[in-house]
Amino acid sequence: MQNVYLAIVLAPLFGAIVAGLFGRRIGRAGAHWVTILGVAISFLLSLIVLRHHVLEGAEPYNGSVYTWMVIEGIRMEVGFLVDNLTAIMIATVTFVSLMVHIYTIGYMHDDDGYQRFFSYIALFTFSMLMLVMANNFLQLFFGWEAVGLVSYLLIGFWFKRESAIFANLKAFLVNRVGDFGFLLGIAAVLMAFNSLDYKDVFAAAPLMAKMTVQILPGAEWSLMTVICILLFIGAMGKSAQVPLHVWLPDSMEGPTPISALIHAATMVTAGIFMVARMSPLFELSETALSFVLVIGSITALFMGFLGIVQNDIKRVVAYSTLSQLGYMTVALGVSAYSAAIFHLMTHAFFKALLFLGAGSVIIAMHHEQDIRKMGGLWKYMPITWFTFLLGTLALIGTPGFAGFYSKDSILEAVHYSHLAGSGFAYFAVMLGVFVTSFYSFRLYFVVFHGQERMDHHTQEHLHETPAVVTVPLILLAIPSVVIGAMTIEPMLFGDVFEGVIAVAPAHDVLEHVAGHFHGAMNFALHGVTGLPFVLVLAGFGSAFYLYMVKPELPGLIQRRFARLYDLMDRKYLFDEFYQSFFMRGGRNLGTALWKYADAGLIDGLMVNGAARLVGWVSSMVRHLQTGYLYTYAFAMIIGLLILLTWFVAR
Amino acid sequence: MLSELPPLLSLVIWFPILGGAAVLFVGDDNPGRAKALALTVAILTFLISIPLFTLFDPTTAKMQFQEFVPWIPALSVNYHLGVDGFSMPLILLTAFMNVLVVIAGWEVVQYRVAQYMAAFLIMEGLMIGVFAALDAILFYVFFEAMLIPMFLVIGIWGGPRRVYATLKFFLYTFLGSVFMLIALIYLYTQADSFEILDFHMLPLTLSEQVWIFFAFLLGFSVKVPMWPVHTWLPDAHVEAPTGGSVILAAITLKIGGYGFLRFALPITPDASATLDWLIITLSLIAVVYIGLVALIQQDMKKLIAYSSIAHMGFVTLGFFIAFSIYRHTGSLNGAAMGIEGGMVQMVSHGFISGALFLCVGVLYDRVHSRQIKDYGGVANTMPIFAAFMVLFAMANAGLPGTSGFVGEFLVILSSFKASFWIAFLASFTLILGAAYTLWLVKRVIFGEVGNHHVAELEDVGRREIIMLSLLAAAVLLLGLWPDPLTSTMHATVDNLLQHMTVTKL
Repeated sequence: MQNVYLAIVLAPLFGAIVAGLFGRRIGRAGAHWVTILGVAISFLLSLIVLRHHVLEGAEPYNGSVYTWMVIEGIRMEVGFLVDNLTAIMIATVTFVSLMVHIYTIGYMHDDDGYQRFFSYIALFTFSMLMLVMANNFLQLFFGWEAVGLVSYLLIGFWFKRESAIFANLKAFLVNRVGDFGFLLGIAAVLMAFNSLDYKDVFAAAPLMAKMTVQILPGAEWSLMTVICILLFIGAMGKSAQVPLHVWLPDSMEGPTPISALIHAATMVTAGIFMVARMSPLFELSETALSFVLVIGSITALFMGFLGIVQNDIKRVVAYSTLSQLGYMTVALGVSAYSAAIFHLMTHAFFKALLFLGAGSVIIAMHHEQDIRKMGGLWKYMPITWFTFLLGTLALIGTPGFAGFYSKDSILEAVHYSHLAGSGFAYFAVMLGVFVTSFYSFRLYFVVFHGQERMDHHTQEHLHETPAVVTVPLILLAIPSVVIGAMTIEPMLFGDVFEGVIAVAPAHDVLEHVAGHFHGAMNFALHGVTGLPFVLVLAGFGSAFYLYMVKPELPGLIQRRFARLYDLMDRKYLFDEFYQSFFMRGGRNLGTALWKYADAGLIDGLMVNGAARLVGWVSSMVRHLQTGYLYTYAFAMIIGLLILLTWFVAR
Repeated sequence: MLSELPPLLSLVIWFPILGGAAVLFVGDDNPGRAKALALTVAILTFLISIPLFTLFDPTTAKMQFQEFVPWIPALSVNYHLGVDGFSMPLILLTAFMNVLVVIAGWEVVQYRVAQYMAAFLIMEGLMIGVFAALDAILFYVFFEAMLIPMFLVIGIWGGPRRVYATLKFFLYTFLGSVFMLIALIYLYTQADSFEILDFHMLPLTLSEQVWIFFAFLLGFSVKVPMWPVHTWLPDAHVEAPTGGSVILAAITLKIGGYGFLRFALPITPDASATLDWLIITLSLIAVVYIGLVALIQQDMKKLIAYSSIAHMGFVTLGFFIAFSIYRHTGSLNGAAMGIEGGMVQMVSHGFISGALFLCVGVLYDRVHSRQIKDYGGVANTMPIFAAFMVLFAMANAGLPGTSGFVGEFLVILSSFKASFWIAFLASFTLILGAAYTLWLVKRVIFGEVGNHHVAELEDVGRREIIMLSLLAAAVLLLGLWPDPLTSTMHATVDNLLQHMTVTKL
């Protein structure tokens, strides 16, 4: 199998290199064929791996590819850990990536940077696979930063746009703030365990549970808490949790296919994956888990609110992604790691579907993204409309759909948790259900139904997008509907994650959920009568009333609550605060240090003062001097030789 | 020892020097032949240096490829050469970068071409001499002589304020090296020998050590440069021609770091242990303060110069973190990581800063401005160049997979063992390094075409592609597989750590 694993990561890398370096020579078709072929190979092999590990129950593979460095007896390696968690992740990643590759043929059809784009997304696939297949922290960090790099390149893909190159810089820097914590976390792991291999670290972790470290004088903190919170700060950056979420909405400046692939389905879930992978560590610190839980619930609820006031089709979906990432984080916080991974997987399908659907609308609307200029699109683009509806139903958690199974499991899990903060979390995720349903149906109604508000020219040219676009939509719609019912039992209540994800018995909320679980069918039927579904219907009803029955009402409400609306429109002022405090503050501090300390004190007083002194002395002895520096230097050497001769003569 | 081998070290020192003299002899009237000869000499020198790596025995800390000829017997001054795991990689770096400098100056330098090429070749030999010398006086002679061609390069081919820059450079380095010379002479009076390795074994009282340490500190901190003796560097870079900047950043700064490893740490271990807080503080100031200063620079060369200072902060931090680890944990676990991290950072910074200065040179040759505001949207007209620039920028920001990551990563891992807060402050490089580098990229490379100069830009030609590709390959290779470099250092580092921890009192 080792060669299979290697081929899975190398096939997309090969495609990326060929399309990137020889893009001009192989042409557009060459570029998309070589990358699609690479990712397709990778996907098919992932299916083999999935069967090998998950269905046939093969032992996890843990092996090294090459040794990066050996230092102080610590081997830092590039290597793979392939177990059921990895198998599920690589299958999801390569499937969505393949769909996005095909879709891109249609979406980027007229773009000058066609080859470059394919090269980037294939490179992304490679990086993401390296991340999820890592068997050590070093390679995890490699993948972590590599996906960040590709995200940077892709957000700024249209590098002529000022907004795009602002957004990509912002995304990279905010992620770097997260990495700041992440790297310190890795350093802490190395200090505590003297190894960066998952295997060694996880094996030794229980022995370290009681260890403390002193960071502030006089305060002994649990080592595990420190490690876990530092690592989680990295996850907050990558998975866009409050307050490091600000980059994700702006990342929508990139072309839509990458919003689907990177900023919804895969890269942003890297943080979720990482915490699930680190479950043997997180289980040892309730403080860290509570921290995770609270951050997740804040993100789930408050980012959902912002989805309501957005008018850009992609940004609505982006805020929905933020909110859903919050749900996954909440699941991690209550130790329902497998529920988080389950939601990660279902979300990858339906969110990629929603983004690609949004992209299809954008193509049809000639790159108009403002939903106020849409409406009634359902009859022009039936496939897009119907698949988008399926995606929406999955997202809001309609019983039977994929999103329902994953989201309801999270709600139940939070319900059974006794961790500090779980009360607030339960409230947040419950209310979040209503909010999700409301903004999702608002988007759906405003875009696909109601009055047609586009201009005449656009309206005349409206038509369904080509097959390269709609086929991926259909292929994504299928798992968005069925994957939940198919996999909930093995993933949450079976032994798929046995030995992969560790849960302390005291934290095992899913065991309680399992007590009430009597098959996927029954779970859905039960769901129809549950509180969450009532909230879903309430959200649907309010959206229907406000945007279909009384479309003038939202405007009125907006004016009535102008201040609240303003706060939400300005995204709770995070951006403005960061802009004025960190960005301007950093520049001002830099300027002050430069002007006063460097130029003023050091150069002005010390150096130039000394220079003036020298100048004065040399004006006294000018007649002895030629004024050329190299003569001075020669004189020094000659002086040295004379000195030496003197020593000898003596 | 290895009698069948030719005297490799003498060859890599004197071949480029004599080659430089030959280039001078060809003269400025035959620029074509002078350049061809210079390139041949530079490439041959690099080829001669390769056996130093391939035949290097990584299992020992002993000096290798030693050559010994008495020079001034009465004073026991000897022509003594040899390399260990610290000096060998730096010699290869020097030989490699000089090939690039010759290529970089190929079409650009029009004025006194032969002299320009000769200056770099002679400087190359002298710099290699600095790294290879095992006799203190020999070291000092190379150390000072090396400056002469650099003064000439800046003074003759430099920008409008070259006189100010050279004077500043001269003042700083002169001040530093005078004290170093005094320290070396004092050590001679105690050891009755100018052998650097004898100095390593010399017992010294703490107060003696402190004085000597400060003398070394003055000499080497200027070269690194460390805050607050760094202000010559931005000026020197701004005025220097591209090749001068490349050598200055890639090699000259490394002589400062090398000096700490060869002199300060093993000769004055107790003083180093007592005063390590000073070096650590100055290193962190370099990372954070200089990082902020780099952020607001308007001149591309100044920005990269400040970025160099910030990156060299990791070198000094890595070298001096060992004592703190020992005090904090009672073991030296993690100390080697710091020193090797510092060494990798030196080599890597040679590639990256060299590459960035070459990139600025590429733009300067076309537009004749170093101001960021005179650019914008370069990617539109120079896509291949933009790809290189983004790669080197990412390397400068320490992206894993590039060489820029390795050193910083090791030093942060190491410093965490000493103190959370040292690691915390050092990690600011993740944010600041990315901020100043990528903001530069945003303003220069991305965006709409900024003005008609940018609109008329021609993308890099074959000569420039070769030069940048060589560096790109080096940056990626070292980032993806640093083991070949670090494994040559292990024995040398262990040996140094022994010197550092055995008291001389």
